[in-house]
Amino acid sequence: MPSGTNRIIVTVIGRDQVGIIAAVSAVLAEAHANIVDISQTTLQEFFAMIMMADLEQATLPFADIKQRLNAKGEAMGLRIDAQHEAVFNYMHRV
Amino acid sequence: MPMQFSAQEIIETIRMVQMENLDIRTITMGISLRDCAHPDLPVVAERVYDKICRVASRLVPVGEEIARDYGIPIINTRLSVTPIALVAESAGAGDYTVVARAMDRAAREVGVNFIGGFSALVQKGTTTGDRALLASIPEALAVTERVCGSVNVGTTRAGINMDAVAQLGRIICDTAARTADRHGIGCAKLVVFCNAVDDNPFMAGAFHGIGEPECVVNVGVSGPGVVCMAVKKEPDADFGALASIIKRTAFKVTRMGELVGRAASAKLAVPFGIVDLSLAPTPAQGDSVARILEAMGLERVGTHGSTAALALLNDAVKKGGAMASSYVGGLSGAFIPVSEDEGMIEAARMGAISLDKLEAMTCVCSVGLDMIAVPGDTPASTIAAIIADEAAIGMINAKTTAVRIIPAPGRTVGEVVEFGGLLGTAPVMAVHRWSSAGFIGRGGRIPAPLQGLGN
Repeated sequence: MPSGTNRIIVTVIGRDQVGIIAAVSAVLAEAHANIVDISQTTLQEFFAMIMMADLEQATLPFADIKQRLNAKGEAMGLRIDAQHEAVFNYMHRV
Repeated sequence: MPMQFSAQEIIETIRMVQMENLDIRTITMGISLRDCAHPDLPVVAERVYDKICRVASRLVPVGEEIARDYGIPIINTRLSVTPIALVAESAGAGDYTVVARAMDRAAREVGVNFIGGFSALVQKGTTTGDRALLASIPEALAVTERVCGSVNVGTTRAGINMDAVAQLGRIICDTAARTADRHGIGCAKLVVFCNAVDDNPFMAGAFHGIGEPECVVNVGVSGPGVVCMAVKKEPDADFGALASIIKRTAFKVTRMGELVGRAASAKLAVPFGIVDLSLAPTPAQGDSVARILEAMGLERVGTHGSTAALALLNDAVKKGGAMASSYVGGLSGAFIPVSEDEGMIEAARMGAISLDKLEAMTCVCSVGLDMIAVPGDTPASTIAAIIADEAAIGMINAKTTAVRIIPAPGRTVGEVVEFGGLLGTAPVMAVHRWSSAGFIGRGGRIPAPLQGLGN
């Protein structure tokens, strides 16, 4: 990996509702992914939550975690994505 | 550890990917086939097939893995190989179609949609292998699906091989005729270059140059949609501010190419070659270079001001991209293919853009007259003259230019040719009706210009 770290950025975009953080946290906890930071904001009328998680101790590969997050998003009517931290590092930091 | 990105930055990235078609247009693996030479042509073909399958076996799965890991769509994975005229030459004269078929089978086997390199470099003259390859082009492109060919007919250092230019006019007509049942699609897989580059990852003109290593990974980024949205957001920006907006956007887009290129290189254990900064459109909505020029304030692309707008765009993309990657190469500029750009297709349909204006625009961008359909009865000498004009622009300005033109069988001006997929829709454009045959018939070579005497 070009970045050297094993952190991911999880983004949740959609209408605000009860239990979003709990649901995403549950998926990450099941995979032993450690949440290192959370922030939330509004993007036009939509709610956006951003979470950084460390996969160093994770028991599942990134692809599986991502798939579980996508599935959870679909079930809740939200768009949940996960991308490797390197994407943001490359784009926004020189 | 706190997050080192602001919410705004993260949302910007997500928006670029999900809403503005930011993607990696191609990961192209370049493979040297120089060790596939053999006096027996079928053996050459067999070696070519075996080597491509062996070296590129993991390319497609690795591309998929990277797309998944980073959440950046990778539209194409492709191959480029040593110009086949060099590889097959030790077998002497003959029909090199057998090698094209081997490339096609290998491309299908490893799962890439195009393989480039059915090519010859003939800017100063032809060898036995070059002549055999040129003669094989129409058949090779007609009987294969994924093979792309290219011929370099001129350089700033060598001048223009006008014999080859004249022959290519005939080859293009022949290629169209042999694929007449598919609207002359063979011509969409053939590029005629001046100043061709060795590390271009984009099709149909990709080949693995003779100074390249055994194997290399090159990446072509895209993102006309991202640039277009950024330009639209600032309708009142003056030109300095406009250039700055484009530069910043190009930087971010190119960083994705750098990331993907480095990841692919590490995973495949193959050296990282270059990132090609080209803005490459697709026929999809929101992925058009023409629409960027229109967002700058032109009613339709092709009107007066289009060349200036494109010059600003092309330069700003390079300036932003150059800092974003340690190795920039390939063609690196804005592409203006007609059939592959939704805005260009519309402009051509309504007659807003002409072949002459496109030619002028190619003076300030990469690469040339690209994916242009002309009437099926266009004489070979006129097509050769179009190539000569474009090669002259490249030769004098020390830049790459190219022609990918399709004399659409049975079609006339105003009709439309549907190629489908990434090749898109080509409205048939008018050519000048006055003959160039006397000029093209002279033969020989246009001498290298003063610009070539740079030492």
